[in-house]
Amino acid sequence: MSSSERRLEFRNYFQDNLGSRMVTDKIVKIIVIACVAIAIIPLGSILVDVVRMGVEIISFEFLTALPGAAGSGEGGIANSIQGTFIMIGMTSAIGIPIGVLSGIYVAEYANSRVGKLIRFFNDVMMQFPSIVFGIFAFLFIVLVLGKFNLWAGAIALSLIMFPIIARTTEEALKLIPDTYREAGHALGIPKAIVTVKILLTAAKGGIVTGIMLSVARIAGETAPLIMTILGSKGWFRGTETAMDALPLTIWRLSLLPYDEAVMFGWGAALVLITILLVLNMSVRYLVLHRKGGSGSLGMFMRITGGKK
Amino acid sequence: MEMNALDVLNAMKNDEQPSTKRNEPEKEIPNNMTGDGKYKVLIENLAVAYNGKKAIKNINMKIPDKAVTALIGPSGCGKTTLLRTINRMHDLTKGAEVTGKIIIDGENVYDSYINPILQRRKIGMVFQKPNPFPTMSIWDNVAAGLKLNGVKDKSILNEIIEDSLKMAYLWDEVKDELKKPAVALSGGQQQRLCIARALAIQPEVLLMDEPASALDPIATQKIEQTIIELKKHYTIIIVTHNMQQALRVSDRTGFMYLGDLVEYDKTEKIFKNPEKELTANYVQGRFG
Repeated sequence: MSSSERRLEFRNYFQDNLGSRMVTDKIVKIIVIACVAIAIIPLGSILVDVVRMGVEIISFEFLTALPGAAGSGEGGIANSIQGTFIMIGMTSAIGIPIGVLSGIYVAEYANSRVGKLIRFFNDVMMQFPSIVFGIFAFLFIVLVLGKFNLWAGAIALSLIMFPIIARTTEEALKLIPDTYREAGHALGIPKAIVTVKILLTAAKGGIVTGIMLSVARIAGETAPLIMTILGSKGWFRGTETAMDALPLTIWRLSLLPYDEAVMFGWGAALVLITILLVLNMSVRYLVLHRKGGSGSLGMFMRITGGKK
Repeated sequence: MEMNALDVLNAMKNDEQPSTKRNEPEKEIPNNMTGDGKYKVLIENLAVAYNGKKAIKNINMKIPDKAVTALIGPSGCGKTTLLRTINRMHDLTKGAEVTGKIIIDGENVYDSYINPILQRRKIGMVFQKPNPFPTMSIWDNVAAGLKLNGVKDKSILNEIIEDSLKMAYLWDEVKDELKKPAVALSGGQQQRLCIARALAIQPEVLLMDEPASALDPIATQKIEQTIIELKKHYTIIIVTHNMQQALRVSDRTGFMYLGDLVEYDKTEKIFKNPEKELTANYVQGRFG
């Protein structure tokens, strides 16, 4: 049907609309840049405010002393910094092993139906408002034990952490071509050892990235901590008492009617953001300097629905 | 496990000395394919289906010891499927169903009491694309099969690694940089590394799935030289798309088409004077 004249017509038709296509291209480019700008403005203004307000209050005393009387402008937030690091440590101790192992299970062991089911529940858990985990830990740990305690907080936070790690671990393992699994099995290596010694080391970059990003996520959570570790004005005194953490401090101080307290809140926000920034920079370092890690950041954004 | 490694090593060393045995040429294997103890692998009524769809049907083959057997045929004819049945790689594939027998040294590898993990240690496999473990060094790659199976003695490992790399004709090129990452090697070197890795577990049978298809002619030539050298010690089964390669390296050739083994005979006969017209058309390049 298509004679050579007809083909020439096709070609002319195709080349004739070149101008309009160039215009469309330009418009799309402008829209994309505008969207990026709109997305950056709130983020940028929050950062600028936090740094501007926070820098004024931060001093050696602020970072190393216990809080003084509310609104007095004395003392610091050292106990909250300590609490944040303790919560990160305890949560990681629960969340990382469960997350990595369930990710391995879904990627390497589960048949497709069980795997899909677990993945579905992981995704649902990632969409839960974090206060739900706080209420859960409050009902089943705090009320049962009769006291606020750190393990309740760590368990609530680990419920936020492990689905993220499970999904990143699963995705990182799925990126490894089957040929390495086959090579391992062909050498007569048992499956568990193939998984741990060959696949896990190859997926290390992606898994570590997922862990670091989930740590950044839980370090900023407030709601679960209100119900579990409550907040305090003292140093760490064992896991069976209340304790403070940076997000709690920020939340509490920002509600107080004293300017000095609000300023302390800004300072605590800056400290928290700095800690998270350092964590994120270590993540970037790991992504850029370790093989197998590239692309994990985008993967994380995809599976957590773009939440930080 | 360490005793095992020593044993296999010793067995291998002893194997190399009485070269008189080796000198009985493979050519004396009778062409009528009736068994006479010189066959290493017997394939009986073998069929494989993927999710109910037959990939290979009722294959019978006797594969001679210390010789190269090539499997040729157009894409999708079941060559790779057949090769992978021999070390039970289909156990890992969902929906794959294998029926029939594969008998190695008198044992059916599909018998229920056979542990596929132990079975695979007797069989080396080299894949189509070089697949050295990406996070491991050259040394670790060759050592992987032994180390991850519990062999810890460094001196045994070093000895086996040197020996395996020499067998794969890679030793001279890498002996000074064994700690370098394996992925830093060229494609051809990586494939010879994979051969060395397969040899390190001291297999009796070596399966090669188009081992040179991703390589340039010079690297291919090196792999072929390696294969010809290796057949003195191993039973080698090689899948290839390259008919010239089958002609150059193999003693016997099986021609497969649509899941059937159309013809299986001495390589020379398959290429010069095949029984079936289909075989003749294929080896003369009239289809493929």
